[in-house]
Amino acid sequence: MQRIADLRAWLFLAALIAAFEAWARLEFGGTFILNPFNLQSIAVFAVAPLLLATGQTFVIISGGIDLSLGFIMGLAAVIAAHVINAATASMGLPMAVLLGFLAAVLVACVPGIINGLLVSRLRVPPFIGTLGMFGVARGVAFLLAGGTTVPVTNSFFAFIGNGRIFSVPYIVIITIIFVLIMHYVLSQTKFGQHNYAIGANVQAARRAGIDIKSHLLRLYILSAACAGLAGVLYSARFNAGAAQAGEPLLLDCVAAVVIGGASLFGGSGTIFGTVAGALVIAVIQYGLVFVNVEPFWQFISVGVVIIISVLIDQAQRRFSGGRQDE
Amino acid sequence: MNELAAPILEVNNLSKHFGAIRALSDFSMEVRPGEVVALAGDNGAGKSTLIKALSGVYRPTAGEIRLRGEPVVFSTPQEARDKGIETIYQDLALADNLSIGANIFLGREPMRKAFGFLPVLDRRKMAEAARQTMALLDFHVSRMETPVSNFSGGQRQAVAIGRAVYWNAQILIMDEPTAALGVPEQRKVLSLIRQLKEQGRGVIFISHNLQDIFAVSDRIIVLRRGNTAGKRAISETSHDEVVKLMVGG
Repeated sequence: MQRIADLRAWLFLAALIAAFEAWARLEFGGTFILNPFNLQSIAVFAVAPLLLATGQTFVIISGGIDLSLGFIMGLAAVIAAHVINAATASMGLPMAVLLGFLAAVLVACVPGIINGLLVSRLRVPPFIGTLGMFGVARGVAFLLAGGTTVPVTNSFFAFIGNGRIFSVPYIVIITIIFVLIMHYVLSQTKFGQHNYAIGANVQAARRAGIDIKSHLLRLYILSAACAGLAGVLYSARFNAGAAQAGEPLLLDCVAAVVIGGASLFGGSGTIFGTVAGALVIAVIQYGLVFVNVEPFWQFISVGVVIIISVLIDQAQRRFSGGRQDE
Repeated sequence: MNELAAPILEVNNLSKHFGAIRALSDFSMEVRPGEVVALAGDNGAGKSTLIKALSGVYRPTAGEIRLRGEPVVFSTPQEARDKGIETIYQDLALADNLSIGANIFLGREPMRKAFGFLPVLDRRKMAEAARQTMALLDFHVSRMETPVSNFSGGQRQAVAIGRAVYWNAQILIMDEPTAALGVPEQRKVLSLIRQLKEQGRGVIFISHNLQDIFAVSDRIIVLRRGNTAGKRAISETSHDEVVKLMVGG
């Protein structure tokens, strides 16, 4: 059933690309998807939503949700900018970038730890706990940024953010590697397995001896770290840290997970499904700009796609719910 | 069955009080290898309290539990499970989205090294162990990767029992295992209990259904308001007598 859900998202992506291709050919006599520039732009466009959605996939499979990821990303972007600026003079370009990267991801983990403690120890519902953290991270990020964007002066950082190898941007390569590692963690480790079990039946997981509290703590730290990486890559790409970096991605990342076939009730979902979901959103957003449609249609189309995905998912569940083996 | 074999489990004068409420008083029983002991009693008779004391959820107020002659004290359900007492709950405690193998190994997953260095879940081992264990229970599934949500109630009950069997449980406490199942499924579960018996395990079988009790049990213990109302060999009692013991007539 999981495979079907996955496949559905990829089929949808293919259909979407085909539709834009047809549109571009009919309207402008040009190609949409065979244009390397478009491919590159879509990939770069998808980096941040995909990283947030990767963390969100873990959380949603466990039956929770993390609403704070967008502003954790902004917080990390601002921290990366400040730390790199402060360190560049004294320690050289690459070392300053490394330090900024580590500092940003570590600071991003702090709201993750608090989310995890709220959900696991104090039994705050994830929706409420992370909604609170959404506000806190937002405020802290804007305070640290002084209410403005923080430009970075470090050419190595700009090189990472905009450089390419064989015309593949570095940030896309970093994202692909990271997402593959997260796929491994979700599908091949005890942590991933327990995550599915907790999402399906917390009681069963507890009786099987899984330490739920420590799992949830690690889970929310993991999702915050994903947002931290997204923030660092954002400031590399734009050469500046901005508190509002992840603001438009708050719900896009949930949408990517849902389009990718995960259930908001927990217990199902895959990283590859989420990749397809994030690409669907990126293709819609970029494609509509490409075919010259007013940008507001993006919101409408992504919204419609989310609703359709959930409807298809429910229909499929109803259909397969009655099936019994032998 | 075997009157001469030493009991696996002995419970001596066990009591559990909650303040002034005596949920269970001075309860004694033993379970021998290959023996099914039924517990019967109305709601509030003390069955649940007894199960929880045996499975490590409650600390008894007084009395002792002996496993193969050794006195044991469980402070957590995990300790009871580690010593071979497994409780199969009415609501099953399976992760529906995982396969049989993944459920059997939940919380203690086997790992292997991929490419010689990368630790990954050993799904083949899980599937193989699942296949063998389920075959032991005379339960054959073709698709081992299917999530257990696709199985019927009786099959899921078998998976829960299979997990206990795989981890070598010597005493299985089964709380209403036939409730909420259709008749063919109930039969399946009863035949599972007979399998466990043949394997020399001890079963404590809690049920409201006297027919099921008489179909598989060797002995029955009837509880009433925390006290032992009677102990009978199944061969020497009848439905009527058991009902009388339960209601105190």
